[in-house]
Amino acid sequence: MEPYKLGAWEISQKIRNRELTARECIVSFLSRIDSLEPKVKAYVSVLREAVLKKAEKIDKKVKRGERVGMLAGVAVAVKDNICTKGVKTTCASKILENFVPPYDATVVERIEAEDGIVIGKTNMDEFAMGSSTETSYFGPTRNPWDLSRVPGGSSGGSAAAVSAQEAPLALGSDTGGSIRCPASFCGVVGLKPTYGLVSRYGLIAYANSLEQIGPLARGTYDCALLLSVIGGYDERDSTSVNRAPRDYTRSLGKDLRGLKVGVLRELIGLGTDEAVVKAVLECASKLEEMGALCQEISLPVLSYALPAYYLIAMSEASSNLARYDGVRYGYRTEVDLDWNQVFSKSRREGFGAEVKRRIILGTYALSAGYYDRFFLKSLKVATLIKRSFEKAFQQVDVLLAPTMPLLPFRLGEKIDNPLALYMCDVDTVPVNLAGLPAVSFPCGFHQGLPIGAQVIAPPFREDLALQVSFAYEQAAAFKGRTPTL
Amino acid sequence: MKIGLEIHCQLTSLKTKLFCGCSSDYRGKTPNTFVCPVCLGLPGSLPVLNEKAVELAVMVALALNCEVAPQTFFVRKNYFYPDMPKNFQISQYDVGGSIAIASGGWVGFLVGKTRKTVRLRRIHLEEDPGKLFYHGTIDTSPYTLVDYNRAGIALLEIVTEPELEAPAEARAFLQKLRSILEHLGVSDGGLEGAMRCDANISIEGGGRVEVKNISSFKDVERALTFEIVRQRDLLKKGVKIQTETRHWDDVRRTTLSLRVKEEEQDYRYFLEPDLTPVRISQEMVELLRSRMPELPDARKERFLKAYGLPEYDAEVLTSDRAMADFFEECAKLYDKPKAVANWLMGDVLQCLHSLEVDIDQAKLAPQYLAEMLKLMDRGDISIKIAKKVLWEVMKHGKSPSTVVREKDWWRITDLQTLEGYIAQVFKEYPKAVEDALVDEKTIHYLIGKTMEATGGKADPELTNALIRKKLSQMKKGS
Ligand SMILES: [Zn+2]
Repeated sequence: MEPYKLGAWEISQKIRNRELTARECIVSFLSRIDSLEPKVKAYVSVLREAVLKKAEKIDKKVKRGERVGMLAGVAVAVKDNICTKGVKTTCASKILENFVPPYDATVVERIEAEDGIVIGKTNMDEFAMGSSTETSYFGPTRNPWDLSRVPGGSSGGSAAAVSAQEAPLALGSDTGGSIRCPASFCGVVGLKPTYGLVSRYGLIAYANSLEQIGPLARGTYDCALLLSVIGGYDERDSTSVNRAPRDYTRSLGKDLRGLKVGVLRELIGLGTDEAVVKAVLECASKLEEMGALCQEISLPVLSYALPAYYLIAMSEASSNLARYDGVRYGYRTEVDLDWNQVFSKSRREGFGAEVKRRIILGTYALSAGYYDRFFLKSLKVATLIKRSFEKAFQQVDVLLAPTMPLLPFRLGEKIDNPLALYMCDVDTVPVNLAGLPAVSFPCGFHQGLPIGAQVIAPPFREDLALQVSFAYEQAAAFKGRTPTL
Repeated sequence: MKIGLEIHCQLTSLKTKLFCGCSSDYRGKTPNTFVCPVCLGLPGSLPVLNEKAVELAVMVALALNCEVAPQTFFVRKNYFYPDMPKNFQISQYDVGGSIAIASGGWVGFLVGKTRKTVRLRRIHLEEDPGKLFYHGTIDTSPYTLVDYNRAGIALLEIVTEPELEAPAEARAFLQKLRSILEHLGVSDGGLEGAMRCDANISIEGGGRVEVKNISSFKDVERALTFEIVRQRDLLKKGVKIQTETRHWDDVRRTTLSLRVKEEEQDYRYFLEPDLTPVRISQEMVELLRSRMPELPDARKERFLKAYGLPEYDAEVLTSDRAMADFFEECAKLYDKPKAVANWLMGDVLQCLHSLEVDIDQAKLAPQYLAEMLKLMDRGDISIKIAKKVLWEVMKHGKSPSTVVREKDWWRITDLQTLEGYIAQVFKEYPKAVEDALVDEKTIHYLIGKTMEATGGKADPELTNALIRKKLSQMKKGS
């Protein structure tokens, strides 16, 4: 079998057992990338030479009988808003088109410490602002299941790369659903960790208080494997929580008997595509068959989640993105003017329309006279949502909901209607406001397009969410299905 | 008239910056070499609080009689300026439930001989921006250079209520504040730019004018005086004084308008999401309180008791840590503390002013002053010579005995030499001699002339005796 078809854990096992070399694997992925990228466009950059050198190093280690890491020889696609030392990190924006970070993000250091190989940087919505990967300065990524459709976003490149077998693992970031949305649209597993579990050091901020870096893979086991590598305390991130490291693969395979699952009524309500509702409810009954106890749970406050999310995210973004002024790095306008005009002109020319929209709205929401009405109120909504989740978790162990209210849509279908695009995030944002972990996994197909369900767990109970996802995946009729490309 | 001050003081005793591990010893270093991804605000970098800075801030709060918050937060102050790597400053502000590290408090100080107390509004921690360099002045420079070495240095902002009533009061307050901070050992005000100040001033019938960019305490008095004159002139002409922000130009010593009220900036404060709340436990506060060094007011009390100094002297000396240290060193070597105090507050201070140095950078060491005082006591030099010796010591750093030896300033006690000088004076001023023969009170003229002739080296008592002797001999002789 071609190595690119293997999962991450299989690859590292085979390399460790000398059934395969890391070089063979990397070469296999590089040629897969070469043949598919013209169609899929998942990557912004591919690190061709560097990865071969790293692979050879790992092969030497194996040959010498030295210990190799958990991700030995495994190619990892990294979203282009995660800093990689000496490798362009663009946020898919013109303003950072040539930005080369002098340092690695903590997650990248951890992957490399386990002998994983960053194979390339993946496409995304500009500064992670979008749900379709269409706002990228480098052009959109395509959905591997239907090239005329979007892969979801903003981590669309990461999900597409994994789905199209251009990498067995990928890193994304999830501010309001940016890992789960493309995981759902591309038919892969994606996990948004508890806020504070994974270090944000090196993640180029969109909305700091909401976002986390998380893994994407074709299966739950690999997803758990990558989470085990990147998770855990980092003193360079003050919001990182000091807890003992965990191996998330160990809880997989436990059966679901007696597990209480709440099906979130609000998120399967009005406005959700019927095919999605059907798939998620069928998923619930499948879980019941496996011994889980399902019940409906209603959290009415979730109806305020979307506006609260956008206000907080845009407000923080307006401040985070202020640093791109053309003085120290990044795009600078050609014209020689005073600093004030250089700032304005560089930003006007360097940012895309959606980014500008969010900066302007966020600036407005933080301004004197509006702060209390918009920003502060949104924080209060977030607190209410957090509390209502806490209450729900007194009744059930995990919650089940659709990841997206709709199926992957066509490129260009919604891009001119920002509100319609914002509405797509309605099911994913509550989790970010509450800081909870959630896994999106494929729960069915409709007319050849994947549908995702998400399992939401209490803080730091990623193990529970992964356990459900893994159990369902083992029993699913479509297990092992991949897009034909 | 009401004056309020915002003092920005660097916590210079910290080895590293407020949110990263970069060295804070940036002065005189190659621009943009004391930086890292965090203090340069590179994409993806995150701040981590230097906990030592919180301890120092709490100590300052305790020293200034403030109330320390049990929990404090950082916020972002958003505005665009090229000296700010992130185009926002991590600071503290009372917004959305967030509070600064300390509030309230007061400082007592002496203005001339009057005691005054100014209340404080709050104290907070923030990061210093980088430094801008202009070619010439701000309004004519064709370009601006930025050095981010200073960016991220821990800064303490101390805000007073608008209760100061004259530029001299502002200066006296700042002097006392600096002394407190130096006694705490948190900030060395002698370092360039370590203590900077914004002043707001409103005079009867006018709007509130804020003056920014005052980089030394001496300039505070200058800038305020300038503003008062400017505003009073406008009022006389019937022009209303508008609320505005002005820039102190320390080269031309004037203020320039930056923006008027309509353009007042909205900083869009909000909680810094990359930092977590900082808890300040009562135990920590008590521990720091127990470690507090002696502060100026306590030191003053000790000076009253231990050295028997008058209150005014004790206050003046302790309002400058280096001066107080100097005094104590010197008083160890010379057992008349009042004389030491007199010299320090008089001639020494005068010399320092005209040489434009602080006592801790001066060439005068405590043992030199003590030695000089001993020379005077022994009668080796007169007070007049002593003043000259002081100048020489301050200028060249030589010991008083060396100066006296090299200059041959020893007091003339040799009878023959002195009689020679007196004979000369008698010859030159016959009229004065005649007067003195008639009226003994006029003898002082002759003594003065003799002192003058010897360059002040003559022993006054001996001179007096010899002149009287000579006069009586003349009387007898006639
Ligand atoms: Zn630094």
